[in-house]
Parts: sequence; structure tokens; C-alpha cells
Amino acid sequence: MAENILEIKDLTIHYVVEKETVEAVNHVNLTLAKGETLGLVGETGAGKTTLAKGVMGIIPNPPGKIRGGEILFEGEDLLKKDKKAMQKIRGEKISMIFQDPMTALNPVMTVGDQIAEVLRLHQHVSAKEAGQKAKELLEMVGIPGQRASEYPHQFSGGMKQRVVIAIALACRPELLIADEPTTALDVTIQMQVLDLMNNLKKQLGTSMILITHDFGVVAEMCEKVAIMYAGEVVEYGTARDIFNHGCHPYTRGLFESLPSLNEDQPRLKPIVGLMPDPTKLPVGCSFAPRCPFCTDACLEKKCETTNLTETHQVKCDYAVRTFNGEV
Amino acid sequence: MDTILEVKNLKKYFDTPGGKLHAVDDVSFTIERGKTLGVVGESGCGKSTMGRVIVHLLEATDGKIFFEGNDITRVNSAELKKLRNDMQMIFQDPYSSLDPRMTVRDLIGEPLKTHKIFKNKEDYEKRVSELMETVGLAERVGLQYPHELDGGRRQRIGIARALALEPKVIVCDEPVSALDVSIQAQILNLLMDLQDNQGLTYIFVTHDLSVVKHISDDILVMYLGQMVEKCPSKELFENNKHPYTKALLSAIPIPAVDVERKHEILKGEISSPINPKPGCRFAPRCPYATEKCHSQSPELREIKPGHFVACHMVTE
Repeated sequence: MAENILEIKDLTIHYVVEKETVEAVNHVNLTLAKGETLGLVGETGAGKTTLAKGVMGIIPNPPGKIRGGEILFEGEDLLKKDKKAMQKIRGEKISMIFQDPMTALNPVMTVGDQIAEVLRLHQHVSAKEAGQKAKELLEMVGIPGQRASEYPHQFSGGMKQRVVIAIALACRPELLIADEPTTALDVTIQMQVLDLMNNLKKQLGTSMILITHDFGVVAEMCEKVAIMYAGEVVEYGTARDIFNHGCHPYTRGLFESLPSLNEDQPRLKPIVGLMPDPTKLPVGCSFAPRCPFCTDACLEKKCETTNLTETHQVKCDYAVRTFNGEV
Repeated sequence: MDTILEVKNLKKYFDTPGGKLHAVDDVSFTIERGKTLGVVGESGCGKSTMGRVIVHLLEATDGKIFFEGNDITRVNSAELKKLRNDMQMIFQDPYSSLDPRMTVRDLIGEPLKTHKIFKNKEDYEKRVSELMETVGLAERVGLQYPHELDGGRRQRIGIARALALEPKVIVCDEPVSALDVSIQAQILNLLMDLQDNQGLTYIFVTHDLSVVKHISDDILVMYLGQMVEKCPSKELFENNKHPYTKALLSAIPIPAVDVERKHEILKGEISSPINPKPGCRFAPRCPYATEKCHSQSPELREIKPGHFVACHMVTE
């Protein structure tokens, strides 16, 4: 088995707002092997971005509070590192691509300077050398080097996202977290960016966490998939486990609510109801109120995570029974 | 054949400091009553502008729009008000298209008040309740404000507002793009049920090809303001002709493992719609472009009944 670059153990992150507590991430366990891509899938408010920010150490406090757990990166717990140490890791060892390339860039700085900034901070190179390397990085993501002296508004959305990718990859990080990197882009541009990320991953051997709500993107990019719902990982496995043998009622609901390009469906099958309010999560299973297979037991107590196979885990007893062919 | 809406050589240009922006350039199509026309294309291709011109939120620069056989391209304010009874719009963003200081009931009732549909309050309140029921909003949310509701419920308010005047045509501008998939499916089902029950005609503008395939009878593909292909939905997915349509379809990520992935990755990006050069607008990105494509605009041709393509390279 490959070495794990990242292990998240029992991580819980809450936001405390006045008298309410938003339970954003609850007892999450995840592992990522070196060189692999993990897809983190879930709907708005599932806690995907909070989890990613937790790994980056950029949860704003207040209101964010890490209530417990460990984030082991190359064997060391990131939560025990002080601010200075985290600053060194961030951008150099772990970096992040944010969702919206339009707001992630500084509008009054040339893109070349924005890429060079990372290099000067972490690798302490001269301004000239950093500028030269910035041009090389731009070329790597398919933008002519002479455009380094232009400002973000002179670039299209797809090109801005490439600039953000160039910044994230400037120090050749071990781990790249991409938060919905292509959601704001058109399909033909999305395909260009995904293709670029896949090539760079092969070249540089970067491990990646890809946050998305698009199963298409997951299937194109990821070896492992974690499905999140209301701050919990409800199902985890290889892409094949999830796409071909996904058995959590939420996972199945997500697949069934997608309009298909291949077959004709007279009606879609949406998941009824809404995601629970994260300040008032149900005592039992968070998905129970929307689940067609919910029993009294589900309303009272959460199911434990069960290993179905060596790679495939699910947090639902009903799903375990369907997987084993008992239902 | 009962044509409800006909658009002929529709053009919409905007004046910009850089020159004329050709947002919609020579688009023609017809829609039958009770059918759905899907309009797809990437951002900036003019699909939303076209929807807005059709419902008269913007005035056409040139061309004609016929509704039930009458020319409605130029209307005065009285005619426009009457037209609003027949044509309505559902907007993309349920977060910014609703007045945050109005309650759900007021929002839904606003078109009824503007058009002075009811003389007495009782009938008005009854109609508002009826509309809420139609779109699946519980009576108890009636006095709440939009910020208290999630995206799916807000979009239901947008739909109820569009339905209030019992229109015949609704232009839906990316109505599910801002919603999560599980909620998106609820709204798509609602729109299709409403069409079945009330005989509505939709113009459904979206960039999501799986959504458009699901809901449309005909699909129109736009690129930089021009229509490149239009045909029945099934035909578009099985027998598409235009290189841009092919590239667009091949760029959709496939949500399955163990499938063969052959994505045709287009080079370059959409060029500027300001003062476009003559010739096919897709030519700079097209893998099959010839000299002719760069110098001469292709005409829209009907290559077989109901299937229109604008491309020099398509022969049959």
C-alpha cells in the first residue's frame, strides 16, 4: 500500500455564532495516499470547504473552532503547529485553488508579480529570478510568458483560473486542494483546465483533494471519492466503489437526481426535502428525515462507519445490508 | 402545426466604447405551442440576451418577433403591458431577483396588483394561495422573507410570479443553475408538470447540456451571437453536424467509471463579439476550418426537415 500523505482523524470543526453553533464538520476520517486524487462531493453546506480550510489552517477564529481530531500531514499533526510553521507549509507544501478565479486574484497587481510573490516568500529568490520563474510557470499552464505584465482584468475566466493554478503550483506543493476549480467555467474551458490539472499531476506527482459537486468531474479526475452530507463523510471508496457499488441512500439519491445524457427519463427522481439546518442537526442520522429507507432506529442513533471491502466504507446499516444482498 | 412564436433574423447590438457588440446576430426560429426550445451555448454567446429581447426587457436592434401571428417587435407601453400577460420570465439567480423587503405572498401577488387583475381582496388572496400550492410552497412560508428561505424555495417563488398572469410563453433563463442537484431535479420536475397541466411553451436558456436534453423538444446551439445548429433534441445528441456542437458535447465530463473518454479539447477561447470579422465566428477554434471559413460567413441551411446547420464543411 502506498504511503499516506494526509490522514484526517476524527476532525470536528464548529462555528460559534452568538448562541448558536454551526456544526460544519463532524468526526471526519479521511486518508489520501501519495500521488492520488480524492474527490470530495456534496451539496452546498455539506462542509467541504470548511474541511479544506481546516487542512490549510485558515479557519477564521472566531467564529471557527476546531473541536477535536488530528490532521496528519506527512506524519505530523498540523493542528499542533504554530502560526509561523503553518505559514511555511501553506503555499510551499500545501496550496489551494479557490473556487472563483475572478475574486481570488489581486486586481491591482500584475499576474506575474502575483506568481512571483509566492516564490519570493518561500524560496527567497531575487526579484529578477522570481519574475523569470513566473513566466515559466505561465507557459506551463499555457499562457504566453510575455503576458506576465498584464492585470487580471485583461484575462478571461479560464485564463484567470490558469493563473491561480500557476500560483498554487509555484512551489511544487506536495498536496493541492482545489475547491470547485472549474465550477465558474464553461464546459469547453472546464475540459481544458481539467486536462491541464491532470497533466501537471502526472508531471509533478502532486496529491490532490478536489472539491466538487459534479460527478462528471469526479469521474474524470479522481481515484478516491468521499461523499459528504451535513458535515459527515457518509461514504468513502475508490471511484469504482462509489460509481458502481455506491450504496448509501444519499449517494444513490444524488446519482438518481442527475439528468442523464444517455437514457430517456420521463421524470427525475429528486431527493425529497432539504439539508438539515447545521445549527440543529438531528440526534440520529442526519440524512434520516430525507431517507426513503429510514427506520425508528435511524432517528435515534447514528450508524457507525462500516468497512464493506478494504477500500469501501459506508455510514449506514441499511446500505450495509443492501451491499451484502440482504435487502 | 400551431406556431406560437416566430423569430426572424433577430439582431441585438450594444454600443460599447470599443465598437458594436454583436450580442445576438441573425437568429431565426419558430416554436410550436406547448413545446420547449432549449437554447445552449457558453457564457457570452448571447443566449440570455436573446431571451430578454423576446420578452421585451431589451429592444431588438433589427429583425422581427411574431407572437401568435402578430408582429410584436415594436410595441408601445399599453401593448407591452398586455404582452406581459402572455409572456413571462424566470430568472437565473433566486438570490438577487427577489426584493428582500417583500414577503413571499407580496412577491407572488405583485404581478396581480400591477395588472389590477382582482377587484376584491378575497379573490386576490385566494389566487396567491392557489399559486403557492401550484409551485409547492407551504402556506406557512407566506409571511416569510426571501432570506429565510433556501434557493429551491426562492426559485419556486420566481416561478409562481411568472405564472401569476397565466402566460402562454415563459422564458426560463438558467432557472436551475444556482441550485444543488437534488433541488435542481425538484424544480425541473415542477416545470415539466406545469407544462403538462397548463400547456405552457418554454424557451429554456442554459449552459447545462444534460438539463437541456432532459427538458427540451428542440435545441438551438449558439456561438458568439449566432445560431450554429438547431434540431430536435434527440437528433442533436445522436446526429449532430456542426463542429462546435460536437466539441461542446464531447467536453461534458462523463459521470461514470470504466467508460472510454475521448474528449476533443478545443484550443483557444471565445473571441471578442465587438466588431466581429466576417467569416465563421467559430473558425479560429475549429479543427476543420479552411480558408473559406475565415473569409465567408456560412448561411444557415436546412439539411433535412427540422435540422438547421450553419457550416461550410457540412455537406448533406
